[in-house]
Amino acid sequence: MRYAETGYNLEIDLTTGSIERVETDPKQTELHLGGLGTSVKIHWDRVGPEVKAFDAENLLIFSTGLLCGTPAVSANRTLVSFISPQTDILAYPMMGGFWSSELKYAGYDKVIIRGKSPRLVYLWIHNDEVEIRDATHLRGQGAIATQELIREELNEPKAQVAAIGLAGENRVFVASIEQARSSSSRGGGGAVMGDKGLKAIAVRGTKDVNLARGAEFMLHVQDLKKFIKHRNENPIQEVMPILSGIGSPQMMKHIDEKWHTESFAWGNARQRRKDFWTEEVEKSWTKSQTSAIKRFISCFNCPQQCGALICHEGVPPYMMKCFSKLTYAMAAYVDDLDFSWKICKKAFEYGLDSFSTPQILAFAVELHEAGIFTDADFEGCPTDKEGRFFWLLDRVARREGIGDYLADGTYWAAKRIGKGAEAFDHNTTKKHEQMNIKLGMLDPLYFLMFATNEKISITQIEGNWPQAPFVTKEARESFVADWPQLPDEKFKKYFLDWEPRGEFSNPYYPTPEISSEIVDWMEMLHNIDDALGLCAGMGSFCFKPPYHIHNYPKFISSATGMAVDEEALKKIVNRNRNLHRAFNNRRGMSRADEKPPQDHWKHRFPELEEQLLTTYYAFKGWNYDGIPTRPRLHELDLDYVADDLEKRGILKGGEDKKDDQDNQG
Amino acid sequence: MAKIKKTIKTIKVDADKCNGCRACEVVCSAFHAEPKYSSVNPARSRIQVVVHRLQDIWLPVFAGEYTPAECMGRDKYVIDGKEYDECGFCRAACPSRTMFKDPDSGLPIKCDMCESDPPLSEPKCVEACLNNVLIYQERVEEVEEQTGQAELQTGLEALVDKHGLQKLLDAFALMAERSKDF
Repeated sequence: MRYAETGYNLEIDLTTGSIERVETDPKQTELHLGGLGTSVKIHWDRVGPEVKAFDAENLLIFSTGLLCGTPAVSANRTLVSFISPQTDILAYPMMGGFWSSELKYAGYDKVIIRGKSPRLVYLWIHNDEVEIRDATHLRGQGAIATQELIREELNEPKAQVAAIGLAGENRVFVASIEQARSSSSRGGGGAVMGDKGLKAIAVRGTKDVNLARGAEFMLHVQDLKKFIKHRNENPIQEVMPILSGIGSPQMMKHIDEKWHTESFAWGNARQRRKDFWTEEVEKSWTKSQTSAIKRFISCFNCPQQCGALICHEGVPPYMMKCFSKLTYAMAAYVDDLDFSWKICKKAFEYGLDSFSTPQILAFAVELHEAGIFTDADFEGCPTDKEGRFFWLLDRVARREGIGDYLADGTYWAAKRIGKGAEAFDHNTTKKHEQMNIKLGMLDPLYFLMFATNEKISITQIEGNWPQAPFVTKEARESFVADWPQLPDEKFKKYFLDWEPRGEFSNPYYPTPEISSEIVDWMEMLHNIDDALGLCAGMGSFCFKPPYHIHNYPKFISSATGMAVDEEALKKIVNRNRNLHRAFNNRRGMSRADEKPPQDHWKHRFPELEEQLLTTYYAFKGWNYDGIPTRPRLHELDLDYVADDLEKRGILKGGEDKKDDQDNQG
Repeated sequence: MAKIKKTIKTIKVDADKCNGCRACEVVCSAFHAEPKYSSVNPARSRIQVVVHRLQDIWLPVFAGEYTPAECMGRDKYVIDGKEYDECGFCRAACPSRTMFKDPDSGLPIKCDMCESDPPLSEPKCVEACLNNVLIYQERVEEVEEQTGQAELQTGLEALVDKHGLQKLLDAFALMAERSKDF
C-alpha cells in the first residue's frame, strides 16, 4: 500500500487521445518526495533541451504535493510545470484552492499531459473513469465562467475545475490557469494549455488517501493547529500589520495599504508615491473594500482566510486574493480602489497573470507616450486611465493590433517592436516581469534571490528572513528571542548584527558568505513546501510560520512511513534543486543570465555583485558558470546528471571551471 | 408517565462564518476510518460542506437518519436571495440523492457526534474548525419516558400509511410462516 501519495499518475496524450493510469516507482518518492521534486525528475527524463514551449513534446504536468489530501493543514497546492513560452526554461507556478486534494481522492498524484488536441477539449477525471470531452462550445468562455459551466454540464457540483480563458486559448505568454479562488499564473501555463487545445481539467474523487501512522500524524496536526491559533492571536509586534500574520499577505482583510502603495512603484514599476496614503484615500478605500468583500474564504483544509468573494456593484461575483488588489490600479495610476474590483474580474476571466499583465499594459502606455507606439496603434483607445487599461487588456487577451506584441510580455514585445522599446523593458529577470519595486541601496540577499532562483518570482523565493533590518537593537532582540523555526542558532547573531546604517548594513552586510547561508535557507524552505504541496504562506513565505525544518520531517515520516529526518530532508530538496538547476543549464541558462532587474536598486556595486554570485555558487557546489559540479551531483546521487552535462559539454570534466572560479574569487 | 433526563447534543452551525475550507470533512473521515486515522476521504465524511462559491453559499450539513423512502415532495429554499439546493438543509441519507452514503458500498452514513470511549469533550469537526463556525452545546431536558409499545405503534402506523394495512398484514403473515422453519 502507498501512503500519503496514491502511487499512480495519469498520462494523457492529447494527439492520440490515449489515457493511461501508470503506477509510479516508490523509489522516486524516496529520492524526490513528490510535487515539484518528482515533476522535475519527469521533465529531466522526458523533455530534451531542444523542446520548445509550443512543441507537442512539451509536458504540462499538474501535480499534487506529497502531503496534499492528508490532514496536514494547508497542504493544498497544485504545482503546474512546463517549458515557459516566455522564459524558455522550466516554469512551475502553483495554486492553492481545492484541485490537488480532489485529484488525490480520485486516485492520482499527477496528470501528465503531452501532445496537442486537434480540437478544443477538456479532461474529466472521475475516479477510475477518465474522459477527454469536447470543449468547442466553451471556446472564448471566461476562465471563471468555464468552471461553473463544466460543473453544470457534468451535474457534479463537487467537481473541482482548473480552466483557461481567452488569453490561454490565444497563447498569450502571461496566460494563467484559474481554479476556485486561486490561479497558477507565472510563466504562461495557460498559453501551453491553450496550445495543447485543453480548455480545462475537471476532477472529482471519492477514494481514500492512506496514512502510514495516522494517529501520530494527527498529533502533529494538533500541535500545528495550536500554534496557528496562537500565532493568529499574537501577530508579530516588530513589523507592520500586513507582514505580522501568517498565510498570504492579508490584503483582503487589511485596508491599510500605506506600505504597499507608498513603498512599491506605480506605473511600469517606475515611481514611488511616498505621500499617497492620505486620510481621504483611507476613507475612500475603506468604503470600497468593505462594500466589495462579501466573505473571506480559504483554500482546502486551511484556517486562514487569504481570499475573498468579491461582489462589486455591476460586476458578477468572483474571488480574489492577495496582491491582485493593487497591481492593476498601481500600474494604471488609478487612485480609486473600485477600479481594481472591476478590472480584476475581467482579467481573471481572460485568465491573465496579475503580476506581469499590469506592467505590460503600463509599458504600452509608456511606449505611446514616447511615440514608439503611434496614435494609429492606439486608435479607439479611451483617453482616461481606467478606460485605457481596459482597452489594452482586451487587446492583449485577444492578440489584436498592438496586443499581439504585448501578449508576449515586455521582453519579447520590446524586441519585436524595436525603435528603442528595449529601454522600457527595465523590470524583467530572465525575460519575466518582476515585482514592482524600486529601491536605493543594493541588498545582497535580494540580489542573490532575484538573480539566481529557479522560480524567478521574488514572492516565491523570499520568506522567513525579514526584508530589512530592524531599526532598534531592542526590536531585534525581541524578534530573535522567540524564533524556534531557525535551522541554526547562528542566524540569530546575523540578524542582531544587521543594522540599517553603518558597517553592518547593506550592501556589505550580510557578507557574501552569510548572504549565501540565508538565501540557501529560504530556498530550502520553498523547495520543501513545493515538494509537499504546502502553501508557502504557512511555511516558506512568512515570518515565524507554523511549518519549519524541525517539524516537516515529523509530518513526512508519519504520513509516509519513510524515515526522513532533518538531514535527509535537506539532502532530498538539495537534490531536487540541483536537478532543477541542471535542467535549466541544459537549456542554456548560466551565469550570464543571472541578473536582477537592471534598475531594481539605484546604488549598484558591480564588483561586490560578482563576488556575491561567485561565493553563492561555491556555497551551492556549482562552478563559476553556475552549473552544479560533478562532486556535488555525485553527493546527491545525481551522477547521471553529471554524465549528461558532460556529454553535452556543459560541464567540462566537472572540475575544470573551478580554477576559473578560484581565480575570480 | 415517568420523567427521565435526556442529554441533547447540538452543533450550532454559524454558516455566515464558514470559509469553505472543509477541515471538518477531513477530520471526520479520518476519525471514522478503520483503523482510526488510517485514511482520509471527505466523501465518507458525516459532515458535508455544500458549496456554491459564486452564490455565496457555504453550508455545512450533518448526516442524519437513514430513510428508505423519499419524501412525497421536495423543498427548495431561497434565503436572502440565495437559492439553496433541493432538499439542501435535509440531513437524511435517502434514495433521492447520493449525499451521506459511503462512496464504495452505497450504505448510509450518519453523524454519531464522535461517540467514543472515553468520551471526547466535543466532536472532532467542532475541534477542527478554527473559525468558530461549529459550536458544540449540550443541555439536559426532562422528557416523558416513552414505552416501547408506544414507539412500536407509531412506527407501524407510519408503515400502514405508506403501504396500507392489508399489505402489512400479508407481510406479517409471511414472516410468521417463515419463522416456523427455524
